[in-house]
Amino acid sequence: MADDKSKNDADHAETHEREPSYLVATKGLKSWLFTVDHKRLGLMYLGSTLLFFFIGGVAAIMFRTELLTPQGDYIAQMLAALPTWLGGTAGDLDAALAQSATTYNKLFTVHGAVMVFLVIIPSVPGSLGNFLLPLMLGAKDVAFPRLNLLSFWVYTLGALFFIYTLFAGGLDTGWTFYTPYSSSTGTAVVSALFGAFILGFSSILTGLNFMVTIHKMRAPGMTWNRMPLFCWSIYATAVIQVLATPVLAITLLLLMIERTLHIGIFDPAMGGDPVLFQHFFWFYSHPAVYIMILPGFGIISELIAVHSRKHIFGYKAIALSSVAIAIISFVVWGHHMFVSGQSELAGIVFSFLTFAVAVPTAIKVFSWVATLYKGSIEFNTPMLYALMFLFTFSIGGLTGVFLGTLSVDVHLHDTYFVVAHFHYVMMGGTIIAFIGGIHHWWPKMTGRMYNEGQAKIGALLVFIGFNMTFFNQFVMGQQGMPRRYYTYNPQFQQQHLLSSIGSYILFAGLLLTAWYLLRSLAKSNAPKEPLPDSPWGGASLEWDTQTPPIEHNFHGQPRVDTDPYNFPQIDRTGEVDHH
Amino acid sequence: MILSMLMAPEQAAKAAETAQKAAETATEAGKTPPPWETLTPWSTLPQASTFAEGTDNVYLFIVVLSVFFFVLIMGVQGYFMWKYRRLSEDQKTSSITHNGKLEFLWSAIPAVLLVVIFVWGEVDFLKQAVPPSDAIQVRVTGRQWYWTVDYPDHPGVQLTSSVDDSTVTMMVPKGRPVQLTMTSEDVLHSFYIPAFRVKRDVVPGRYTTMWFEATQVGEFNMYCAEYCGDQHSAMVGVVKVLEPELFDAALAEAGRLEQDEGESLADFGKRIYSRRGCNACHSIDGSPKTGPTWKGLWGKQETTDKGTVTVDDNYVRESVLEPNAQIVSGFNGVKMPSYKGQLEDKHITALIEYIKTLK
Amino acid sequence: MSSDHDSPKAHRPEGAQEPHAFMAHHFNTPGQQAGAAKFGMWVFLATEILMFSGLFLAYFIVRMHYPDMVLAAHEHLNKVAGGVNTVVLITSSLTMALAVRAAQVGNTPAIKRNLLLTIAFAFVFMVVKYFEYTAKIEHGMLPGKFYNAHEHGYLIEGHPHIFFAVYFCMTGLHGIHVLIGIGVLTWVYLRAAKGQFGPSYYTPVENVGLYWHLVDLVWIFLFPLLYLVR
Ligand code: HEA
Ligand code: HEA
Ligand code: HEC
Ligand code: CUA
Ligand SMILES: [Cu+2]
Repeated sequence: MADDKSKNDADHAETHEREPSYLVATKGLKSWLFTVDHKRLGLMYLGSTLLFFFIGGVAAIMFRTELLTPQGDYIAQMLAALPTWLGGTAGDLDAALAQSATTYNKLFTVHGAVMVFLVIIPSVPGSLGNFLLPLMLGAKDVAFPRLNLLSFWVYTLGALFFIYTLFAGGLDTGWTFYTPYSSSTGTAVVSALFGAFILGFSSILTGLNFMVTIHKMRAPGMTWNRMPLFCWSIYATAVIQVLATPVLAITLLLLMIERTLHIGIFDPAMGGDPVLFQHFFWFYSHPAVYIMILPGFGIISELIAVHSRKHIFGYKAIALSSVAIAIISFVVWGHHMFVSGQSELAGIVFSFLTFAVAVPTAIKVFSWVATLYKGSIEFNTPMLYALMFLFTFSIGGLTGVFLGTLSVDVHLHDTYFVVAHFHYVMMGGTIIAFIGGIHHWWPKMTGRMYNEGQAKIGALLVFIGFNMTFFNQFVMGQQGMPRRYYTYNPQFQQQHLLSSIGSYILFAGLLLTAWYLLRSLAKSNAPKEPLPDSPWGGASLEWDTQTPPIEHNFHGQPRVDTDPYNFPQIDRTGEVDHH
Repeated sequence: MILSMLMAPEQAAKAAETAQKAAETATEAGKTPPPWETLTPWSTLPQASTFAEGTDNVYLFIVVLSVFFFVLIMGVQGYFMWKYRRLSEDQKTSSITHNGKLEFLWSAIPAVLLVVIFVWGEVDFLKQAVPPSDAIQVRVTGRQWYWTVDYPDHPGVQLTSSVDDSTVTMMVPKGRPVQLTMTSEDVLHSFYIPAFRVKRDVVPGRYTTMWFEATQVGEFNMYCAEYCGDQHSAMVGVVKVLEPELFDAALAEAGRLEQDEGESLADFGKRIYSRRGCNACHSIDGSPKTGPTWKGLWGKQETTDKGTVTVDDNYVRESVLEPNAQIVSGFNGVKMPSYKGQLEDKHITALIEYIKTLK
Repeated sequence: MSSDHDSPKAHRPEGAQEPHAFMAHHFNTPGQQAGAAKFGMWVFLATEILMFSGLFLAYFIVRMHYPDMVLAAHEHLNKVAGGVNTVVLITSSLTMALAVRAAQVGNTPAIKRNLLLTIAFAFVFMVVKYFEYTAKIEHGMLPGKFYNAHEHGYLIEGHPHIFFAVYFCMTGLHGIHVLIGIGVLTWVYLRAAKGQFGPSYYTPVENVGLYWHLVDLVWIFLFPLLYLVR
């Protein structure tokens, strides 16, 4: 049964009488809050990251609304007019107007900081990574289950500091915390920094845990080259988390000390070096962007292979390119600072290395497309998101090449071109892959199936809304629309209008998504008899256990004798599958 | 919810009307480029410096490459999606797992193309690094939230930026290299002229330089591109490119702070107000900026950290010469610079006359 | 981290004596568990090194900007105290190594003795540091805006407050690590006192040992860089 991988999934489900799933194995709130079960921790991460995704997104929708008009009074007008809609008398417009600049700056800072530190970095590793890694490796749990629980609570603590920041006057430094502004502005910078500092440790501990798990917890027969590509990407991610995040920690620490004690390391007035902070910050934050995307890559590899029932094309290349990206990513940080006054030589070196990163990524993209060749492609929601990813991420990545080009970046730096670039890779890359992954493993995680029809509509809205929001921001940026502007040259109004409307469509799509996913959990939607172990016909170990899995993942010790993309439909096996 | 707000009629009306106002002020400020550009948002940016064309060429080259690869990838993907869609549950799939030749090609070709792009961009970048020796020297200072521009070769001439006023932030002659030596008095800023394709951070405590040679007469937008706080988006201005022969005269005129005959004292004050950059922080329409508005300032009871005072000649005079002697309550964020030695009594009197007119 | 070798289940089986009492349910063999713990420890040490490397980078940048100031300022650090501390830490590393060895051969009294010695040395180190810090504070050689050595008759050219900022950040962070070290050493000592370690299970001792050697190593770099600039 679980032992025999090459055997088909359907017919060994009943050879074991079903045991209670991990969801109901133990009961009560405490059994969740203090669980050391990687699957439950995964679900808790999923919930919290999506919650913060919602918060960050709503902030975005709000400042997109401000950007409807060139002059920066829209939010102020709304705040002032709000009471009238509620039937009261209009609020104090002037007071609101006086604040509107600050309001906007706080909104986009909160948006950026939340999306990066609370959503995209912990999202995939924390939720899907935690849930799937041991299952895919055929282990009972991660190497250090308690450490895993600790990471989650550390994450929660960091999140609390961010929330506190919102109420303690907000944060208006931009998510990049550039000095000297961040060491002089009046807002609650320290608590935010401390929050990010703590979140950093959560990220380190998770990464460490996963590295050890992959090295030491693989089931018998699970050689490195039989690991699902998702595990490879998580491994590469973990390496970056472990090696880069400590530098962020020390950087934020220094900035906190700078701000509270004025030690002068970053303060030009005291002989310090303001640009030094940028080097520190990007030394972490560039590798961080690959912390964000690599797990996404992993998801896509799984989705494309499973839903086209085709052996992934170029397994080794995809696996090793992840590692290559992880390594190169440490030496390109300077491409964020081409115009910051660093030496020309530095600029040239960083530009060159930046291009070096593009190649392994290109390899992945091509391999995914090649995987579709002579496959048996079914367009269910996860696959739609995977295909959407190839579209949006390619755009995001290719525009990265513009930014890596020295003379071009001089013009495009800190314009909306950059904004569009990183939304195409973060929202259009990671988040799209994440949502696709959620749909792919939803039945395994929850034992429920969502409404396919609504899911397809949701996917369509997201696709349209997303491209409508961000594509013309490339044009805007090329025409010289600077970022972080709350009032802008009327010349750009049409484009901003288009962008904002797009973001509302996107919002609608995501709300729909959230709604049908939550609804699938309702008692009334419980399936008559339990879902099959492998609803999509996936062949990696997680599809080999009961759906949803039992507390200790497997009945007995799984043994592996083939690789995870060995689908029955592949010609040579000649075996036919019935579901 | 939000949509309903958008529909709220009085909002829409107000927004439209204010947008209109903004557009007008902008136009007379020469900020919006010629009509054919405002008509279509997709039109391209003017190429007004010697760098612009080079940068755009690399840009276009990458655009073409990207479009090619994107269309290629999406085309192939689309074709496969249709050709190999699942028709029957037991549809067989191919057993190929890799193809060394193919994989080598699609690593090597992008790699080569990327090196080409890199070298091209790098060459242009180095051109921008070394200013010619005969460049006109200009000093730029960034402050929260306005620019001041000085010309070492034209002592006394100082230009300042302001959003809602047609002040010219910088004048440069056409066809002559200009070198900017820039520094900041508070936080990071970044001096950005899209039409010239140039940008450089302005860093406190050190000097950064940047040079360009304008190739078109006209007025071009200038922005602050590094986030610097509340009014970051107000640190914008206009760079005016003139024929070389007109340059010196125009500069002298811009720097001249003498009352013309026939010009009333108040009008003279108004000129100082914009020339000396008071408008960077003081509005005349009542809207609060970095500093208190001048609307209805005269004779008003002002509460400062030293208690309340009536705004009279002496108070205004003091505010200009020792601004921080009394700090108006609610404005202790950004300090007003002192104009001691920059403004003479006649100027201050003119300013006072002007302030009086702002009922 | 070491605590993760215990069973993740909240309730631990009483039989703390039985052979693999400390093997968690999700491991297959004690070997696998020990290997995981040790590998995890090495990764953790890597993060520690990178954390300090950030400060070292800051140090070198400051030194690059103001070589003379750094030279002048470092003269005011107490080389003797620093030297003593170096010796103390190195010896403590030795006793730590002995403790690990003792654990491997299951000689509980020796484990306890050597751990106690190590802890003692750690305290000596902190005491010396205490006197160094108080001296700096009296002379007003403090970070950033607190720097007022000139009022105490010490004139250092340039921006000495930055040097002392770096000095306090680096030695401070290291000091915190020593304190944490004292904590975990005590924890291991208590477990050793219960006779929980022997040839079959000594991972915690080993890992704490690794950690302590790192703390020592960092100081071996700090000392010459801060006290013996040339
Ligand atoms: C998920 C996160 C993510 C990812 C994956 C990337 C990927 C890349 N990024 Fe991006 N980037 C960000 C997130 C990310 N970035 C963020 C958040 C910022 C802004 C931070 C801020 O300032 O706030 C930023 C900013 C940023 C800058 C600085 C811009 C500026 O401020 O001036 C640069 C400059 O080099 C850059 C480059 C690149 C490159 C070359 C890649 C490459 O890895 C892309 C590689 C991918 C491809 C190349 C496409 C796929 C390949 C093909 C389709 C085959 C054909 C390809 C060729 C022939 C080339 N990025
Ligand atoms: C993960 C990263 C991420 C994501 C996903 C987004 C998402 C979005 N971002 Fe943002 N953005 C950043 C990271 C991200 N952003 C960063 C780092 C910056 C820079 C900040 C700075 O300059 O300091 C930035 C800045 C930024 C700007 C520039 C502001 C400026 O410079 O002035 C703009 C402007 O349009 C923008 C818009 C948007 C919009 C419309 C979305 C939309 O895609 C949002 C859509 C999401 C929602 C509307 C929420 C709905 C969610 C649910 C309903 C729950 C979903 C549940 C399930 C799917 C199950 N973002
Ligand atoms: C950097 C922005 C800035 C610039 C430029 C500036 N001011 Fe001010 N000004 C302020 C601020 C802030 C205050 C309020 C705090 C204070 O009283 O010092 C102020 C206060 C004043 C006041 C008192 C107003 C009151 O309500 O009591 C006067 C008068 C004044 N400025 C005149 C001028 C003149 C004249 C100029 C130009 C020659 C000028 N300012 C340029 C920022 C500026
Ligand atoms: Cu000055 Cu932004
Ligand atoms: Cu980057």
